[in-house]
Amino acid sequence: MGDPPPPNPEAPSQQSSSRRGSQAQAQRRSWDPSQAQAFPEEVQQALQTNLRWSQGGNLPEDENLPLYQAEEGIMGGVEYQPSSAGFPLQFQTRTYLDESGIPVEEQTTDLMQQLQHLQQLQQSQGGFFQQLESPVYQDPGANVLGQYSMYQTDDPQFMQNTEHGPYLRDDPALRFSPSEMGFMNFGMEMPEPQPRELAVQNAKAYLLQTSISCDLSLYEHLVNLLTKILNQRPEDPLSILESLNRTTQWEWFHPKMDTLRNDPEMQPTYEMAEKQKALFSRGGGGGGGGGEGEQEMEEEVVETAVPNIMEAAFYFEQAGVGLSSVESFRIFLALKQLVEQQPIHTCRFWGKILGLQRSYLVAEVEFREGEEEAEEEEVEELMEGGEVVEAHGEEEGEEDEEKAVDVIPKPTWKPPPAIPKEDSRTGANKYLYFVCNEPGRPWTRLPHVTPAQIVHARKIKKFFTGHLDAPVISYPPFPGNEANYLRAQIARISAATHISPLGFYQFGEEEGDEEEEGGAGRDSFEENPDFEGIPVLEMVDSLANWVHHMQHILPQGRCTWVNPLQKTEEEEELGEEEEKADEGIEEVEQEVGPPLLTPLSEDAEIMHLSPWTTRLSCTLCPQYSVAVVRSNLWPGAYTYASGKKFENLYIGWGHKYSPDNFNPALPAPIQQEYPSGPEITEMNDPTVEEEQALKAAQEQALAAAEEEEEDEEEDEDEDLED
Amino acid sequence: MDAESLLLSLELASGSGQGLSPDRRASLLTSLLLVKRDYRYDRVLFWGRILGIVADYYIAQGLSEDQLAPRKTLYSLNCTDWSLLPPATEETMAQTAMVKGRFMGDPSHEYEHTEIQKVNEGEKIFEEEVVVQVKEETRLVSIIDQIDQAVAIIPRGALFKTPFGPSNVNRTFEGLSLSEAKKLSSYFHFREAIDLKNKTLLEKADLDPSLDFMDSLEHDIPKAGSWSIQMERGNALVVLRSLLWPGLTFYHAPRTKNYGYIYVGTGEKNLDLPFML
Repeated sequence: MGDPPPPNPEAPSQQSSSRRGSQAQAQRRSWDPSQAQAFPEEVQQALQTNLRWSQGGNLPEDENLPLYQAEEGIMGGVEYQPSSAGFPLQFQTRTYLDESGIPVEEQTTDLMQQLQHLQQLQQSQGGFFQQLESPVYQDPGANVLGQYSMYQTDDPQFMQNTEHGPYLRDDPALRFSPSEMGFMNFGMEMPEPQPRELAVQNAKAYLLQTSISCDLSLYEHLVNLLTKILNQRPEDPLSILESLNRTTQWEWFHPKMDTLRNDPEMQPTYEMAEKQKALFSRGGGGGGGGGEGEQEMEEEVVETAVPNIMEAAFYFEQAGVGLSSVESFRIFLALKQLVEQQPIHTCRFWGKILGLQRSYLVAEVEFREGEEEAEEEEVEELMEGGEVVEAHGEEEGEEDEEKAVDVIPKPTWKPPPAIPKEDSRTGANKYLYFVCNEPGRPWTRLPHVTPAQIVHARKIKKFFTGHLDAPVISYPPFPGNEANYLRAQIARISAATHISPLGFYQFGEEEGDEEEEGGAGRDSFEENPDFEGIPVLEMVDSLANWVHHMQHILPQGRCTWVNPLQKTEEEEELGEEEEKADEGIEEVEQEVGPPLLTPLSEDAEIMHLSPWTTRLSCTLCPQYSVAVVRSNLWPGAYTYASGKKFENLYIGWGHKYSPDNFNPALPAPIQQEYPSGPEITEMNDPTVEEEQALKAAQEQALAAAEEEEEDEEEDEDEDLED
Repeated sequence: MDAESLLLSLELASGSGQGLSPDRRASLLTSLLLVKRDYRYDRVLFWGRILGIVADYYIAQGLSEDQLAPRKTLYSLNCTDWSLLPPATEETMAQTAMVKGRFMGDPSHEYEHTEIQKVNEGEKIFEEEVVVQVKEETRLVSIIDQIDQAVAIIPRGALFKTPFGPSNVNRTFEGLSLSEAKKLSSYFHFREAIDLKNKTLLEKADLDPSLDFMDSLEHDIPKAGSWSIQMERGNALVVLRSLLWPGLTFYHAPRTKNYGYIYVGTGEKNLDLPFML
């Protein structure tokens, strides 16, 4: 800061010599002889230093005295230029004067000569000055003046001080003073800084301005940015400069949160993690390690109803289907939790149905014998309570109507008889289904499916939202909420896509003929203990090696056909009055579906395409591959078979594939209101003229009739008279 | 999904149930690397899989430095040998609009459908029934292009536009926050903007021109209906599934750089969407 201008050896010396002359004049005027004597010691010291100095240096002849003085000036100028002060000024001047004024005792002849010459200089200031500026200094004279003009802004006293400096500043005792003088000179210097320095200060002040909208200044921001870049040392920082800029600004306003405070955004994540952690704890105790004793180990290695999900997941992974292995393990734990909570006999992971907001994980379950009925009754009451209430409502309504004075004509329309739902453990209700949204969340049981729901589910196509109690808004209106719709779709998918290798299941002991059950076929099967797996290649080649093992759902909505017109006991009570009307209804034909265990090759085609696609899981190693069957009718249904093992899985949206677009059912045709006949048809009221005309006509007719009667009477009278 | 992070991406996208078998994954890792070298792509994406009756198509896409430039599409039947597909033109789109049904799985299979074309002969105009044959390869090209235009998405901030025009991958993208991840407006279509010009000045004032240069998902038709946003794995993963093209899954782990999309499906548009919502 404020570097002193590069010392030009010659210039200050020349200037100092010239100024010396002028200063001598000035000091001469201010010289007080009394003061001179007041500082004898200092003077002596000064003279001594001068002597030393002068002795050390060359002693040129008188002619060269100015040069000699110039050299002194040089020394002083170079070293002590920055130093200037009012205090040393006086000191220096006094010393100078003292030197020149007071004779020194130990002066050598040379010095005497010098001093005398100096006195001469003082006395003949003007002349000497002129001499100084005489030919000896003619050449650099211009320079002197020029350079002197450069320093016009400088304090002339300051410059003069420098020229006096050499006599003093060489003194070691006074060496510290230059530094003092240095500090003080700094202070003296600030008021008039160099122009470049000023520009830099202005620029920095501008950068330090804080922005209008925030407390961040550009300077600080650039510091942050550069620090970040230097710390991270990214590759090719120029190309990501803008992004880094934005990130740095963002970070300024979003400081990292205190470690003591919880991040509110992550709260649900942590809660879910806690729930899933609970899954990993074994049994009732906490997460115990394996070394808790052999007894516990033995107790726990009991057959559970939970299937080997990891094995199935592995095989499905070979086929390129299924959830990741981590997710599969979580599902396994969730199923284990379900088995512990409910009295379950067999359990299977059915699959995953995707929804709009949440998805469903579905477990197919069979309860132990007898356990199920208690729960089922509650559910049945809820389901059928609605129906029963309606039936009673009709009865009461009818009674009330009869009591009323005006008899409202009874509607002749009867709702078609509700087809009774199948009993549990039979047909479409063979298994129970539990759903949950995510492993760790509680399992919810789905109610049994009714035929009406299946029939309606076939007519609509809706996405699942993920909430079981969401209403299903559709036309025709679906009888139930999303839980029922979900259950209906699960039933349809199961019936259509659960397949197994030929021979895995066989019918039980043949009890009776097929005719007994009205052609509906057998509905029970059991595992074949003698089943030896079919080679994988054969499974892939022919669809006849696979069979359905779930009953087909008839158009009625059930697996076994029920004649809706057959009267159950309840209906007979209500329907006594209406029996006559029933006779006119046509008989319903019995619906027949393909029997159980029919091979896939019998399935109907979709638009010339086979409804199933078979693949080998890996073409590069056919020896160890797995046979995979994919349904084209229900996209998302997969089955694998390898040796003696097989498994079905569904992961998808839960909708059937249809090559045509979905056409919603048209609304029903408008019903006939009433037959229109002349007695109901509106006619215009007769106008007055018409009425009068009619009256006149009637009177005429009457009059004519009377005349005829009178005529007859007259005739009769005449006859009588005659 | 990026071919470089294939395994992790497949793991994250597995919630939809469709993935790849281990042998396919292994062959993809090596073959995509070779594709990148041979064709000098900047980035190779594994686009997905189209399920056919006889065989499946595995599709990959190569990107150049400018992320929004037209992408090159390659297909393979066995994940090892890749063939370049021609770019989609309007003619091909028009031709394949008439074809319906599943993909066969054989690239040389030809779909036939009869069209009634008006033929001018002199002064007479009469209609002829012309049998138009469309190759499955052409259909593949147009379906892939349609899916890309409609449902290929990217989170906001993953790409940024330089003042010179090309858009680059944003290396300082740290992921969306949880609250942002649940909104449709944080995701953009991975294609040139179409609706952006129609926005009012007021809306444009809030946009950042270097980040918001693509259409967001908010304005997809039907509004609030063609995407399903879910959090999986207990809020650690956000999954978007398209309802218009069922089978497209987009996943993103919030606050991390992992994101990507994959299409595994039959390649048919779900035209029943309005009825299903």
